[in-house]
Amino acid sequence: MATKLKAADIVIVGLGWTGGILAKELAETGLSIVVLERGKPRDTNPDFAYPHVHDELKYAQRHELMQDVSRETLTFRNNSNETALPMRQLGSFLPGEGVGGAGVHWNGVTWRWLPWDHEPEKMTIARYGKSALPEGMQLQDWGVSYDELEPYYDKFEYLCGVGGKAGNLGGKKIDGGNVFEGARKRDYPNPPMIQTHAGDLFEKAARSLGYHPFPGPSANMTQSYINPDGVAFGSCHYCGYCERFGCEMNAKASAHFTVIPLAAAKKNVEIRTDSRVMKVNLDSSNKRAESVTYLDAAGREFEQPGGMVILAAYALSNVHLMLLSGIGKPYNPTTGTGVVGRNYAYQIGSGANVFFDEKTWMNPFMGAGALAMNIDDFNTGSFDHLKEGFIGGGGISTPSAGGRPIGFRPVPPGTPGWGTDWKRAVVRHYNHTLAVVNQGSVMGYRQNYLDLDPTYRDRYGRPLMRMTFDYQQNEQKQANYLADICVNIGNAMGAERVARRGAPQRYSIVPYQSTHNTGGAVLGTDPTRSALNPFSQTWDVSNVFVTGACSFPQNAGKNPTGPVGALALRAADSIKRYLKNPGPLAPV
Amino acid sequence: MSDHEGMRRRDVLKGIGITSAAVGIATTAAPPVLTEAQAQTPAQEPPHAHPHPPERHADAADIFRYFTPPEAATVTALVDTLIPKDDVGPGGVEAGVPIFIDHELAGAYGRGARMFLNGPFAQGTPQQGYQLPLPPADLYRVGIADLNAWCVKTRDGKRFDQLPVADRAVALKALEAGQAEFAQIPPRAFFNILLQNTMEGYFADPIYGGNRNNAVWAMIGFPGAIGMYEEDIEKYRNKQYVVAPKSIQDLS
Ligand SMILES: Cc1cc2nc3c(=O)[nH]c(=O)nc-3n(C[C@H](O)[C@H](O)[C@H](O)COP(=O)(O)OP(=O)(O)OC[C@H]3O[C@@H](n4cnc5c(N)ncnc54)[C@H](O)[C@@H]3O)c2cc1C
Ligand code: SF4
Repeated sequence: MATKLKAADIVIVGLGWTGGILAKELAETGLSIVVLERGKPRDTNPDFAYPHVHDELKYAQRHELMQDVSRETLTFRNNSNETALPMRQLGSFLPGEGVGGAGVHWNGVTWRWLPWDHEPEKMTIARYGKSALPEGMQLQDWGVSYDELEPYYDKFEYLCGVGGKAGNLGGKKIDGGNVFEGARKRDYPNPPMIQTHAGDLFEKAARSLGYHPFPGPSANMTQSYINPDGVAFGSCHYCGYCERFGCEMNAKASAHFTVIPLAAAKKNVEIRTDSRVMKVNLDSSNKRAESVTYLDAAGREFEQPGGMVILAAYALSNVHLMLLSGIGKPYNPTTGTGVVGRNYAYQIGSGANVFFDEKTWMNPFMGAGALAMNIDDFNTGSFDHLKEGFIGGGGISTPSAGGRPIGFRPVPPGTPGWGTDWKRAVVRHYNHTLAVVNQGSVMGYRQNYLDLDPTYRDRYGRPLMRMTFDYQQNEQKQANYLADICVNIGNAMGAERVARRGAPQRYSIVPYQSTHNTGGAVLGTDPTRSALNPFSQTWDVSNVFVTGACSFPQNAGKNPTGPVGALALRAADSIKRYLKNPGPLAPV
Repeated sequence: MSDHEGMRRRDVLKGIGITSAAVGIATTAAPPVLTEAQAQTPAQEPPHAHPHPPERHADAADIFRYFTPPEAATVTALVDTLIPKDDVGPGGVEAGVPIFIDHELAGAYGRGARMFLNGPFAQGTPQQGYQLPLPPADLYRVGIADLNAWCVKTRDGKRFDQLPVADRAVALKALEAGQAEFAQIPPRAFFNILLQNTMEGYFADPIYGGNRNNAVWAMIGFPGAIGMYEEDIEKYRNKQYVVAPKSIQDLS
């Protein structure tokens, strides 16, 4: 039997980037807020102290900071003819667990998505007509344009101390910045990062081919910084232990030392760690959330009543909780009806490995999570993609995120995987190789979705979420087209050898690709195609709001946390309006 | 040991001039219990098989905790085949990889602490990943037994570690290609985890028992746990960065 607790005005599930932002912003209302986080409390000191945090085996291989799948996981299949089986160990993506969420161990690449990414349906139909859409593709708009989100992108960039170079200030294109970005009102708060030799080679090669290279927007501090909330950041020392690690310097923006302590300092905010939310409880009409049920570290069950509930548990867990709680109608791919689980998407990768002579030194271990040179010439909104036979595109870059040797040991194709010849090749190439990579967009499809698994249950007895996903021809064409561009860039660098990496035949849950899971509870203006209205409020249960990348109707050729943070900040404003006059913020 | 005791102990050690290097996990030249030469000599019984314990030259950290002596001999021979000692750099055995694997398997990783091991179990597609009900420690135990049974059957009654060095490589290639006949598990499941853990031990920080003396890092030109390049990133752009690699222990 659950112990029923004193009601709070607002219950927030999850304390990563979005939960932290919402807790901090809504604390200003003075209302009582309870935040429930399934993982442990964590702080820079002692949890991420030097030199112990520079441990590749513990953090990058054994996933110390990430979701423990022995407790909660999901099942996966490529299509509905297969039987989904559990993800028995982490692989393709690495969700977070503990205070700060995945924002502790992210890289810090902090994009604004392109205007096209917010309104692809409108823009595609305007340019190419409705017939351009391939069979099964469910392209749709957010109901929030880039321009509407611009002030929140700006706010998130200043919160995070992003370093970069503007390419479009108020409509004025600036060489050296990203000339394809949407118009911004002001420049980044910090200058761009110091580039590596790999970045320099990319820049020169891309320029020689007529492209528009620019330094990637980075939440790894390029100088010490104090954000508008008064939070101090250290300066990045390019340690190369960034992606999958906590930062010992507070040089990588993370909720655990920015928004979360600010929220925690408020009397009206109570944070409970080791509190794993099982479900949201609705009233008998299924129109109102009344409470959430959670388990503490000892497995005791509690019921926490609340005036409203915010799901901030990461894209995948948010959708899982909605399905378990009956918030919104589950999507059915056969009939195409229902909305929860609809338009789940991922990204598609391709590119080229570029091998140099022994006189060219990359020093791959000097790097930072978000250090990269990029071009957006072939990203979603930037070029005539339909002429090439597909919808979408991708960001091309040469990242210098660190060259830790368990994970980074580039050798040319044809090299054996072990033995003396293998060893010789590793020694020969470790310091003399770079990658040109495409991070490709993936659109929503009728057959790619999330629902509850009929067979498998987690440690707590709840059905696991089932992921049904595979790459479609449209995306494979895109990834192959962009792989050719990556090869051209590699060749223009004067390399000894360029090895092309084409589109994957099928999506696999095994190798790490990115923690850029999107969709499943998407924003939109049409309640038959979206689970959320444009204010991040669920259409069916108006006192439940949902954050995170599950809100995106399709995936872009860019990392998600820029728009995730911006949307969370916007949701905070929408919720403040809602609290004054509870009810649907958009007409149903 | 309480925190308080820990603090005192460290202070005392400092006071008498012993650094943590002398009491922690060995990163010095002490070889694992099975030496390279022993591992490479065909048909030799591993030292553990002797009724008397070997001479106590080894640090406690060099003792196998999980593998039985015959299993240790097999894994040592496997590692020695995957990463032989040669003119390029350290062999996997001298780098401590068998001990690394053993200690990983003896701990939480070996027990599958972060794996979802609820049934039902079914064979999936390659895209669905690992689906056996075995955590790593059990996978090794079953895999080693299958490997040796297959070797005995197809290779003149010899276990893997009893094969001449050249034949080990041939057997391992068959294993990698999935052509070895295993009685209980798919051979590639065993090969994959063996290769993965071998690479982990070879390249990980020496605090885990492999990569002794940072020698593997030195071989490829990786500075290890240092990670302070704010000044150097510009200074050494397109230049060789020569520095003695440092482990977490060296920096602690
Ligand atoms: C290795 C890696 C690198 C990345 N790099 C980048 C990058 O460079 N750029 C970028 O844009 N994005 C990056 N990301 C993605 C980024 O981390 C996420 O987009 C971001 O953290 C999402 O914020 P969130 O609030 O939705 O989820 P999170 O920050 O993950 O927070 C969710 C929290 O909810 C908790 N939770 C989940 N379920 C429950 C439950 N049932 N009860 C209670 N609590 C629960 C979790 O424990 C977690 O703490 C990266 C991710 C990873 C893993
Ligand atoms: S690369 Fe920079 S931001 Fe990233 S962990 Fe290291 S010091 Fe921190």
